Amino acid sequence: MRARTRTARKTVVLAAVAALGAGLLAGCAEDSGGSSNEGDGNGDTGGKTTLTVGTFGVFGYKQAGLYDEYMKQNPDIVIKENVTTKTSVYWPKTLTRLQAGSGTDDIQAIEIGNIAEAVQSQGNKFVDLGKEVDKSQWLDWKNQQATTKDGKLIGLGTDIGPMAICYRKDLFEKAGLETDRTKLAEQWKGDWSKYVDLGKEYMKKAPSGTKFVDSASSVYNAALGGASERYYDKDGNPIWEKSTGVKDAWDAAMSVATSDMSAKLKQFETPWDQGYAKGSFATVACPAWMIGYIQEKSGDSGKGKWDVAAAPTAANWGGAFIGVPTASKHQKEAIALAKWLTAPEQQAKVFAKQASFPSTPSAYPTLKPSPDTTAYFSDAPLTQIFSDSAKTIPVQHFGTKDQPIGTAIADIGIVQVEQKGKSPEEGWEAASKEIKDVLGQ
Amino acid sequence: MTSSKEALAHSAASAETAPGDEPGAVRGAQGRGTPSAGTDSWRSRLYRWDMKASPYVFISPFFLIFGAFSLVPLLYTGWYSLHNVQLSDLDNQTWVGLDNYQNLLSSDFFWNSLWVTFSIGVIATVPQLLVAIGIAHLLNYRLRGSTVWRVIMLTPYATSVAAATLVFVLLFSWDGGMVNWLLDFVGIDPVNWRESNWGSKFAVSTIVIWRWTGYNALIYLAAMQAIPGDLYESASLDGANRWQQFIHVTIPQLRPTILFTAVVSTIGATQLFGEPLLFGGADGSKGGSEHQYQTLGLYMYDQGFMIGNLGKASAIAWTMFLILLIVAAINLLLTRRLRKTP
Repeated sequence: MRARTRTARKTVVLAAVAALGAGLLAGCAEDSGGSSNEGDGNGDTGGKTTLTVGTFGVFGYKQAGLYDEYMKQNPDIVIKENVTTKTSVYWPKTLTRLQAGSGTDDIQAIEIGNIAEAVQSQGNKFVDLGKEVDKSQWLDWKNQQATTKDGKLIGLGTDIGPMAICYRKDLFEKAGLETDRTKLAEQWKGDWSKYVDLGKEYMKKAPSGTKFVDSASSVYNAALGGASERYYDKDGNPIWEKSTGVKDAWDAAMSVATSDMSAKLKQFETPWDQGYAKGSFATVACPAWMIGYIQEKSGDSGKGKWDVAAAPTAANWGGAFIGVPTASKHQKEAIALAKWLTAPEQQAKVFAKQASFPSTPSAYPTLKPSPDTTAYFSDAPLTQIFSDSAKTIPVQHFGTKDQPIGTAIADIGIVQVEQKGKSPEEGWEAASKEIKDVLGQ
Repeated sequence: MTSSKEALAHSAASAETAPGDEPGAVRGAQGRGTPSAGTDSWRSRLYRWDMKASPYVFISPFFLIFGAFSLVPLLYTGWYSLHNVQLSDLDNQTWVGLDNYQNLLSSDFFWNSLWVTFSIGVIATVPQLLVAIGIAHLLNYRLRGSTVWRVIMLTPYATSVAAATLVFVLLFSWDGGMVNWLLDFVGIDPVNWRESNWGSKFAVSTIVIWRWTGYNALIYLAAMQAIPGDLYESASLDGANRWQQFIHVTIPQLRPTILFTAVVSTIGATQLFGEPLLFGGADGSKGGSEHQYQTLGLYMYDQGFMIGNLGKASAIAWTMFLILLIVAAINLLLTRRLRKTP
């Protein structure tokens, strides 16, 4: 009896230990399978190579059917996309994985606001794509942004955000302003302050319940997008305090914020969407990707009422790159896929589906916006306007803390003036304090 | 599964043989059961070792998991807080000693977030607990369909923070939100809830109150039902009305429970994060243009993951930890004092 008890006990202990151990091991295995791609992603499934593509938001590759097309052409490749909705979640996650050297996807997307950080601190974590592609396919400034000091190209350009102004023709007419897109563009050409002046005109006879522009921050972003000098110089030193680009953009935003021409909405929040639907503002700075957004949010009520004119200065707002981490287990295949995805023909297909504007000029003559979109925007020559802008955008240097600095100015400085009635000096003071905290100055 | 059941049955059996014995006394039971006493054989040594070690094996999962997922990160965060570490460059750590803490103590943003955390904590916790006691008192009466009411009380708690907050954001939207619409109805000017200093704190607190009141009410209700009925009987014989019974019988009897909920709510308030983040919309980590609702949790998130300054974020994390320790110590003192006074 005793003996049996003892063996039973021992068996129990052994079984428990074994179960625990197995459980822990299984836990670990599961964990690494979930976060890295050891288990399902990079593994070869049935003789096929699985490539994973990490993106944020809507990249349009899946939507434009590019993955299916590529898999049809390359039967031994399976593509899986891992999408993170928000960039603010995607990037920290990607950074930690890059540094851990595991868990990265075979292809990782990089947003323009993060490209400087990637170039400066993650240069050795990405494959040099410069030797793999014909660099002249891309806009020069786009390549430069993804090139490290020692000349490595760590990302291939996907879309860009060339700027125009989208305006409500019907509201302009009621306010007694010019409605022709070429003449309008002529009126504000060269200077965002002329655009603000037109806003003052608009407000004199504004249709009730409407404002000239959605927010002061959007004017700031648009104006800064055309400046050759932003927050950093080309050596990566912060120059935001004396940058002429920042000053001009700030001044333009301030004249909007201190007048009554702004609807005081925050971009990408529900009230802003509702503003499109209600038609509560007459103009919005319009990077190419905004076209699809307006069409969706403004809905049927806005059809044929919107029009597009060239922006005061050629500017860029947004865009992305895709790179191949050195941690990728299938570098060769990943490079081939990245090359194919960013080739002019494929960029044109994404444009047709998603209105993401190509960074490869040779695609421009072939671009065809969908007839729906053209009709929605009063038959404006969208391709013409955006490609003209794209070709003249100045080279801009980004720094490691570009995004937090931009947030400090747009969400602290400008909002304090626009929504809380503080003076421009107080707003700038608050933004500076914030930026100094960010930079540890 | 079967093996663990067996183990349970077995331990129950051994408990039967030696009732009231402490775990350490099991060895005594073993001595009693060893037949070949004196011969320190290999088997009995193994047996003794088994008796000593197996309890530790059984409780080890908790400690292993605690060590791996709580203790190591905690200590590592402490190590980070003494370095300058950027999120983009984790390999490159430079020792800076207590600079991050010094930096923190001299930063207006830190003191602001401490103040915000405290003020939102008070605005959210005090009315919440008062209302919860009231609701529990009502539910404690004989009611028709009392289970239904109790379930209804708990529904807000079961709602996700995100869903609740997004609805409240719409309610508090300054242009066309329902709250401003109601205010307009009674002739009060609309309030820009997100940008106003106290308005935003009030709005965030509302979300917290809405979510947690029912939860606390149920805890109070459970405690109230444990109060012996004869206390109320004798009180009513003495001529005390319902209100006097509530004040002189219910509240004193609830004292330990009230203390418990106060402690739990305080900890919850110190860690407040999701509600203000989502209330802030697209760039919630700043907590408003003047940081008017940037709690400590948000400040840490902003420093660590928006700005990428992990060293400073770690210092904030440890400071929060210390603050919680201080809060716990104060609570301990209060509890002791309350116990002493009858």
